[in-house]
Amino acid sequence: MIKLALSIIARDVRLSMRHGSTTTMVMGFFVMVVTMFPFAIGPEQNILQRVSVGVIWVAALLSCLLSLDRIFQSDYEDGSLDQFVLSPVPLELVVMAKCIAHWLTTSLPLIVVAPILGIMMNLPGQGFLPLIYTMLIGTPALSFIGGIGASLTVTLRRGGVLLSLLILPLYIPVLIFGVLAVKAAIGGYPVMGHVMLLSGFTLFSAAIAPWAAAAAIRSGLE
Amino acid sequence: MHKFANPARFMRLSNMFLPWTTGLTLLLFAVGLYYALVLAPEDYQMGNTYRIIFIHVPAAYMAQFGYGVIAVASAVGFIWKHPLADQAARATAPMGAAFTALALLTGSLWGKPMWGTFWIWDARLTSMLILFFLYLGYIAVWQTIEDHVRAAKIASIVAMVGLVNVIIIKFSVDWWNTLHQPATLMRMDGPTIGGDMLAALLLMIGAFNMFFITLLMWRIQSLILRRRIRSLRMQIGGGQG
Repeated sequence: MIKLALSIIARDVRLSMRHGSTTTMVMGFFVMVVTMFPFAIGPEQNILQRVSVGVIWVAALLSCLLSLDRIFQSDYEDGSLDQFVLSPVPLELVVMAKCIAHWLTTSLPLIVVAPILGIMMNLPGQGFLPLIYTMLIGTPALSFIGGIGASLTVTLRRGGVLLSLLILPLYIPVLIFGVLAVKAAIGGYPVMGHVMLLSGFTLFSAAIAPWAAAAAIRSGLE
Repeated sequence: MHKFANPARFMRLSNMFLPWTTGLTLLLFAVGLYYALVLAPEDYQMGNTYRIIFIHVPAAYMAQFGYGVIAVASAVGFIWKHPLADQAARATAPMGAAFTALALLTGSLWGKPMWGTFWIWDARLTSMLILFFLYLGYIAVWQTIEDHVRAAKIASIVAMVGLVNVIIIKFSVDWWNTLHQPATLMRMDGPTIGGDMLAALLLMIGAFNMFFITLLMWRIQSLILRRRIRSLRMQIGGGQG
């Protein structure tokens, strides 16, 4: 079972590496969105410092959203998704593996870039480590919940806008706890509560996403 | 359960109930508005402005009630493949969205004299706004997918995932708000409510509830009729072709 999941993850990661461009494009988008903010709110260091965590998190959310259709789209187009549905492998496991692969190819690169953006946004020194580990804990939830949305819209022609309309409200808890944790760390307050709630949300989304997404794919392909 | 899955039976039953619920709605609104606008005394602090709550509170309550109805109907439709439940969920969505919009609108109208601003990022306002977004997403699903059976399935998954998340979002928004802004604003539960005010509020909530039920039956009826017209058209078209 775990071996199967690992091989699906490896397949998706390899596919995405051979395609190459998408991961770099998402990273480029992430950097670009953050770059827009100093233009919008002015270059004053103290203002940037106040909004830095929030801006980086929102940019990560949007970048993740942008790449969601990748989870199932190409598999749907070339027919592999039908094969996954027909195969004896539980579809829930396939969905889980594909969400993990999406996280590895999208969110992980964003987390690597995030500290650089933190420097550019004048993030205080004690905020860097919390930013990285809250993103590590919180972004899997983005992939899992996004997986539900992607599975709902994969068979639709005009799915893109619908996907963002459906998914963005569900991302709010991740945003709230991710930002609060980093801000608490910067202010010298206890961080643990936020981090635990954040990880709880991630685990919860990992638990419901495979079932919901598999059900959606089955009804979509009927 | 399946006894009520038959659309023809629903049409018969709802036609029997509709005059009664319509009458009850009108009666409750008449009495409720009389209580709310005439009998309920002016508030010593807020003057007549407070009377907005007789619309605001029922609307906010119906907004949440509506999402609950959608989620339950979706679950029934998803599990038992109950076509009427799907229609009920679909018919509820625009009504729920309208009630949410009404609650937001009356809330901000009330906020202007009370808080001095139309909008603050208060926990309740914020989670109401997010509920509104969730309604929009749900309605968009029905509008995007042409095939009814598939739309029903996908919409029901959206609604069920949404209900679970609504609770989490509500909780996290509360958490966010208490940490971000200390409670400087006036609480909704200002002066204790009593007597005619309470009666007016309860009557208005009852009126909104009956209005909701009446409208829901009407909308399900019209959805059933629309489907019937469509299938008749297709039959005629098939006969010619």
